Amino acid sequence: MASLQNHATAGPTLPQKLLRLNWPLVVLIVLVAGIGFAMQYSVADGNVDPWARKQMIRFAVSFVGMLVVAMIDIRFWRGTAYAFYGLSLALLVGVEVAGSVGMGAQRWINIGPIRLQPSELMKIALVVALARYFHDINPRRVRHVLTLIPPLLMIAMPAALVVKQPDLGTAVLLSAGGIVIMFLAGVSLWFFAALVAGTGGLVYAVFASKGQDWALLKPYQYDRIAVFLNPELDPRGAGYHITQSKIAFGSGGTTGEGYLNGPQSRLDFLPEKHTDFIFTVLGEEFGLVGSLVLLGLYMVVLLFGLMTAIRIRHLFGRLVAAGVCMTFFAYFAINMAMVMGLAPVVGVPLPLVSYGGTSMLVLLFGFGLLLSAQVHGRVTFPRRGTVL
Amino acid sequence: MAMRRPGTEHDRSVFSRRSLVLFGAQGALAAGLGARMYQLQIVEGEHYAARAERSRIRPSLLAPVRGQILSRDGKPLAVNRHNYRVVLYRENTGDLTQTLERLSEIIPLPPLRREALIEEITRTRAFLPVLLAENLKWEEFAEVNANAPALAGIAPELGLTRHYPEGDYTGHIVGYVAAASERDIQRAGADGPVLKLPDMRIGKSGVERVEELALRGKAGLSRIEKDVHGRPMRELERREGTPGEELTLTLDLALQKYAMQRMGTESGAVVVMDVYDGDVLAMASTPGFDPNGFVLGWSQKEWVALRDDEKRPLNNKAVSGLYPPGSTFKMVVALAAMDAGLVGPGHSVYCGGHIELGSHRFHCWKRGGHGTMNLHDGLKKSCDIYFYDIAKRIGIDRLAEVARKFGIGVLPEIGLVDAKTGLMPDKAWKRARKNEPWHPGETLHAGIGQGYMLGSPLQLAVMASRIANGGYQVHPRLVRARDGERIKARSLRGTGIDKQYVDAVHRGMYGVVNELGGTAYKSRIALPGHEMCGKTGTAQVRRITTSERATGVLKNNELPWKLRDHALFVAFAPADDPRYAISVVVEHGGGGSTVAAPIARDVLLKLQFPKEIPEGAVPQGADPVFVAKNDDDDENEDV
Repeated sequence: MASLQNHATAGPTLPQKLLRLNWPLVVLIVLVAGIGFAMQYSVADGNVDPWARKQMIRFAVSFVGMLVVAMIDIRFWRGTAYAFYGLSLALLVGVEVAGSVGMGAQRWINIGPIRLQPSELMKIALVVALARYFHDINPRRVRHVLTLIPPLLMIAMPAALVVKQPDLGTAVLLSAGGIVIMFLAGVSLWFFAALVAGTGGLVYAVFASKGQDWALLKPYQYDRIAVFLNPELDPRGAGYHITQSKIAFGSGGTTGEGYLNGPQSRLDFLPEKHTDFIFTVLGEEFGLVGSLVLLGLYMVVLLFGLMTAIRIRHLFGRLVAAGVCMTFFAYFAINMAMVMGLAPVVGVPLPLVSYGGTSMLVLLFGFGLLLSAQVHGRVTFPRRGTVL
Repeated sequence: MAMRRPGTEHDRSVFSRRSLVLFGAQGALAAGLGARMYQLQIVEGEHYAARAERSRIRPSLLAPVRGQILSRDGKPLAVNRHNYRVVLYRENTGDLTQTLERLSEIIPLPPLRREALIEEITRTRAFLPVLLAENLKWEEFAEVNANAPALAGIAPELGLTRHYPEGDYTGHIVGYVAAASERDIQRAGADGPVLKLPDMRIGKSGVERVEELALRGKAGLSRIEKDVHGRPMRELERREGTPGEELTLTLDLALQKYAMQRMGTESGAVVVMDVYDGDVLAMASTPGFDPNGFVLGWSQKEWVALRDDEKRPLNNKAVSGLYPPGSTFKMVVALAAMDAGLVGPGHSVYCGGHIELGSHRFHCWKRGGHGTMNLHDGLKKSCDIYFYDIAKRIGIDRLAEVARKFGIGVLPEIGLVDAKTGLMPDKAWKRARKNEPWHPGETLHAGIGQGYMLGSPLQLAVMASRIANGGYQVHPRLVRARDGERIKARSLRGTGIDKQYVDAVHRGMYGVVNELGGTAYKSRIALPGHEMCGKTGTAQVRRITTSERATGVLKNNELPWKLRDHALFVAFAPADDPRYAISVVVEHGGGGSTVAAPIARDVLLKLQFPKEIPEGAVPQGADPVFVAKNDDDDENEDV
């Protein structure tokens, strides 16, 4: 913390910071997490073990962490952005190497009692690094094509590593998050037009070449893509999960079967019910009303986050805050779409509700950064436009 | 704060604009998610709710309780007995081997059986029960219960098994049950799944088989919620089934037991019928078999002994044993002749020991002949020549027509699947069956109940009943009441034979038993008002050759058992107001007068005096009346 004080401009004092903190947002976060505890309690048949108690402890620790991060000057986070990114990238490479040597697709690293998923870490690290990049460059150069090469590389490197794991869901999440930051940073709309056209063209080429002499992928890869896009083609594998999830979710009706009373999840028909498919349990127990309440809460969190971002006076803070919001949105939108059979089954948890340590920690770290940017929304940075 | 650089305000407004666009896009996506929720939970909600229910709620059938079978006087013949058994749930056991070892200290479980069980247990899902032992004694069952804490995973259970308290006495009639075969299940149609239940049994013979649908009842239904592995979690709904009907048979248990015991070790049958309502009061077929053996399982040795016994204990000879009626058929011949107007009761025939027909000579059973015979004496002395003569006058087709009115050659409507039609031959039958014309000599054979003619003891009893009741076509029946509600007897149809002819035959049958010189005179009942009328019969099993007649016919008891004549006797009582008819067949027993008639006498006495047969019931010098041994002290705990 000593390094904090070394910055040229003295920030507000700690009590001032605490007063300035966006408390409504904090309360909203606790509320969503509270729904998570309730659901963890329910899927364990009304027991705090094995999930709810642990989840609460993790949340408490992460929550304190979030407040600490929020109290630390945003300029410190700008300063460490690249180092953080570099470390995350190194860890990603690390699991890649360890994974290829060890057993199959290992996605985590054990650090003492903590199991760390570098891909989760990277979601925030990428946001911070891109924010710093666009903060640091000369605003006039932002529309220049060459300016786009470093951020694209910053996105592509982790995305490629994550794809190799293979964790396509996280790769899409990372890429989307990065591109949204570029969009908010003011990169020319032509770039996005070109991006959409290019991606579309590539996807079209891949599918058009299927069965042709010049097929871009091998037949089994097409099969995998088909199952990925439509899991019901594989009723014993991924399709089973989706079918059971839709049955349980749909049977909730308007008001659901009642709390602690979702039969499908209780009778183990639902896989991964405490992690990726927790939203199905909520849908079964609370029906459409409960599902819409959670969706609404998420949207309110998102709105509060984005409004906070708009009020921040420096680009770094704005981009970090918006990036965290985007990551948050991507989490719940993909998860909900997945359990409702709209998106392929990718291992994306429901933010703050699914059981899981890394995503909780990383997400609250992200919100901590958002709050830090908000609390320190009016600080001045020593120099801008020094790069390029 | 001062603006530090140009462009900062600009990129702030760009940021604001673009983040609004972004939030708009996110809002649109969120609206899409909301729409999907609405689609799944409201539009398709009922569909998914129904699918959810189907996937977790399995309806399971509850075995109905099989109806009991009672005797006429309400004594249990087929009941459901507690089956004490122990099952094991693997998921609740600790050390399987040790648990079984401990259990084997209470109930016998040899090491080999234990090994087989362990294999079966490990193959079965952990939460499904595996049957370890059943039909335990109460003491064993109680001891398992008492030791429950040491026998983790072992659960005592109470089931039901069929039990036949009267064993051999009623085995042929009541029949037995067994687990349904694949074919039974297929044939049962909608009831097929019920039969697959572990406790379900299906009637395989006797009344158990014929009345299967009534006895079975209707299955109940239990809706059980099960988890994804099929483990039952809780019962949501339970509808008990309807128990099967309780059947009361026409059988008089005391009489049935008496008849079975009276037959002793002989092979044969006794059928006693009420001549007006057709109630079968006794239907004994010996030797008997214990139907409980089929429920509990025979040992290989027992089964082979039963199957290979030359006296065929598994056959119900009363309905499926077919014998030439012999002289017991002579009443029908007499009735046919009188009905045709060919002879009157006074018609007389000279018996010189034999008559000639073409190149064939037909013998009377009495060498040297009876002299001049009228109908009364012809019946009383069972003169063959008399009946050869009148049979020849009637002709076979006319005789067959009347015989069928008395049940010969007609399938008795008793409802037992093993009942046989027997055979009353006529010209059309011989043409169709053997493609040969009818020979007049064959009519003579038919006149004394020999030749092609075959009848079961039940048919003989039906014949006797119809003669006894004055010529009414009574039908035998076994079921008297369903669930306590009496079944009305069928109304009687006449045979169209004049009462005076029937009376003449009655008088002849009275003479057989009660007049000096009658073939069954030694078996008469000496109590006025209780006398019986009857007719003896002896059915030849082998052909007596001409050369044998020349050298002297072998005495029956000099022949091997299998070649001896069948002894037959039909009767009714009381003589002046007939109520009961009886038929007795003793396979290879010898003569009807010496073997079969005394049995009929005893049974009819027992029937008329159920408590105690009075002094002087039989004349001096006659064989004493058989006294049944009392074995009513079996105590059964039945449900």
